Amino acid sequence: MKKLAFAFAASAAAVLSVGSSAQAADKTKVCFVYVGSHTDGGYSQAHDLGRQQIQKEFGDKIDTPYLENVPEGPDAERAIERLARSGCKLIFTTSFGFMDATVKVAAKFPNVKFEHGTGYKSGPNLATYNSRFYEGRYILGQIAAKTSKNHGAAYIASFPIPEVVMGINAFEQGARSIDPDFKLKVIWVNTWFDPGKEADAAKAMVDQGVDVLTQHTDTTAPMQVAEERGIHAFGQASDMIAAGPKAQLTAIVDTWGNYYSKRVHALLDGTWKSEQSWDGLKDGILKMADYTNMPDDVKKMAQDTEAKIKSGELHPFTGPINKQDGTPWLKAGEKADDGTLLGMNFYVEGVDDKLPK
Amino acid sequence: MSIFEAILLTVITASTPLVIAALGELVAERSGVLNLGVEGMMIMGAVAAFASAQISGSPYIGLLGGIVAGALFSLLFGFLTLTLVANQVATGLALTILGLGVSGMLGEGYVGVPGVRLAPIVIPYLSDIPLIGSVLFRQDLTFYLSLALLFGVSWFLFRSRTGLKLRAIGDSHGSAHALGIRVIRTRYLAVMFGGACAGLAGAQLSLVYTPQWVENMSSGRGWITLALVVFASWRPWRVFAGGYLFGAVTILQLHAQAFGVGIPAQFLSMLPYAATIVVLVIISHNRRTTLINTPASLGKPFVPER
Repeated sequence: MKKLAFAFAASAAAVLSVGSSAQAADKTKVCFVYVGSHTDGGYSQAHDLGRQQIQKEFGDKIDTPYLENVPEGPDAERAIERLARSGCKLIFTTSFGFMDATVKVAAKFPNVKFEHGTGYKSGPNLATYNSRFYEGRYILGQIAAKTSKNHGAAYIASFPIPEVVMGINAFEQGARSIDPDFKLKVIWVNTWFDPGKEADAAKAMVDQGVDVLTQHTDTTAPMQVAEERGIHAFGQASDMIAAGPKAQLTAIVDTWGNYYSKRVHALLDGTWKSEQSWDGLKDGILKMADYTNMPDDVKKMAQDTEAKIKSGELHPFTGPINKQDGTPWLKAGEKADDGTLLGMNFYVEGVDDKLPK
Repeated sequence: MSIFEAILLTVITASTPLVIAALGELVAERSGVLNLGVEGMMIMGAVAAFASAQISGSPYIGLLGGIVAGALFSLLFGFLTLTLVANQVATGLALTILGLGVSGMLGEGYVGVPGVRLAPIVIPYLSDIPLIGSVLFRQDLTFYLSLALLFGVSWFLFRSRTGLKLRAIGDSHGSAHALGIRVIRTRYLAVMFGGACAGLAGAQLSLVYTPQWVENMSSGRGWITLALVVFASWRPWRVFAGGYLFGAVTILQLHAQAFGVGIPAQFLSMLPYAATIVVLVIISHNRRTTLINTPASLGKPFVPER
């Protein structure tokens, strides 16, 4: 029933927003698909800020309609196809779960360019782009290890996909680099966007004695719980300091705008090619929010780590690293390759959870 | 505070909106009107409550704003389905879509604004009792209202004359009309009661559960309420039990994950839905009583003969 209604909602939204921008026929249409609302205060909003940036930059040359609250799965395919039919020249599908839908629609519309965010399937007219969130999460892990009084933190996670598993591992790696006994609890909420449920998960973790929270879901609800209960937390995708002025230590801030701008330039110049882009802290596709609510030495450490990651001196996944069960994964000095990271389906040592299969 | 107490408090917060909205929908459905727009009315209540609390600075004005918004929004449904005799299922779905859209638009300026929390009302002396005190007597107004609604709705439907008439309309609007009962007027009131309750549930979301406004923040809770009403075979106490069962299993599975019980997380996430349906189906297994409690005119249009 819920699905059905969202499908209706998605199609209705599609008709509305596409309809409203149809009059501008001479502008190049660059379209966006969001899994949440463009004002979710998190992931989708970060993409929308990128969209606003290119709209401002290119002004009259482009038009940037977007579809929001598009559920992952079969409904997504319909939504993306509708955009393709409505004359979009370049379509950014911003959530991992849109991957298969994007692949299908891209095959049907060879003259439309597609870019799928955070996925791994590409094609002649389908590029992928991603951000090395794990670099930021490594820093979060280090800060957590310095901040937690009971050698642990809790990670509110959405779905057991490689992107999320990689984030969990990076956080634990960072934490263990400071505190080898650090235990990371993982709690799966099976949603990207449900403030109530995210808050419930946060409350459950605080009730169990956790004093540092981090999240890979899209709303500020966990940050708000952290603020109320007087513990610390990390913002996700957007700076969440407003929801947790005393709680937020820092946040990973997604800044997609420059990438979007680069790709729209390529589209307008006719130089657009299908690529697999995976930029990180040094490219500015993700930034760390201000380091707040922590002692100066922790702040200094975080800044040093950030600088080392940017300069390439430090790779968060550098051996020796064991898998969760103690079997070796990386030898001393060995760095994880991108392929393994993008398909990550195992935990590293120290994660206190059984990975759902 | 013991972990048990902490869990109970979280369960109450999670269950209260479900119970409130479901009791309202129950009354509407008992009068024979199937309003699938609960999600839409709830989200309208949430945005209206947040906005009126921000403007006035008082979360109580916020609650009132949520209730009024839900009731007014349901009036639109009432007008379309009762006066213009539009299809109830289609209109209800439209109401949900409209509510999600309009609330997003109205709330755009409130995203990221720190919310006003509805503070708990501490009842003197009683709240000092261990465990029971903090769970029952140190809650915010929405919890007390949910209990009042439970007793009120049970009494109204099964002990009052007006409630009897309302059920009669729901079972056979033709016969009720022939007896001189004012079918349309009663249904309007029942629909508005449902709307007011959904609005109050929405207000609980944006003032108590997560005191903030984010678009789509009801995240399908309206649909869960609709299922609760049906699986509880239109009986208030079962709706209440179902709502709490759903809330309790939702919270417990989160704790179970954190304790590391070794059960796959996907299975645990499914549990609230499965457990609630199974339990309510089992307690409603008597076909005869279920049939008696099912409003026979549910969803059917009524056009009075002149």
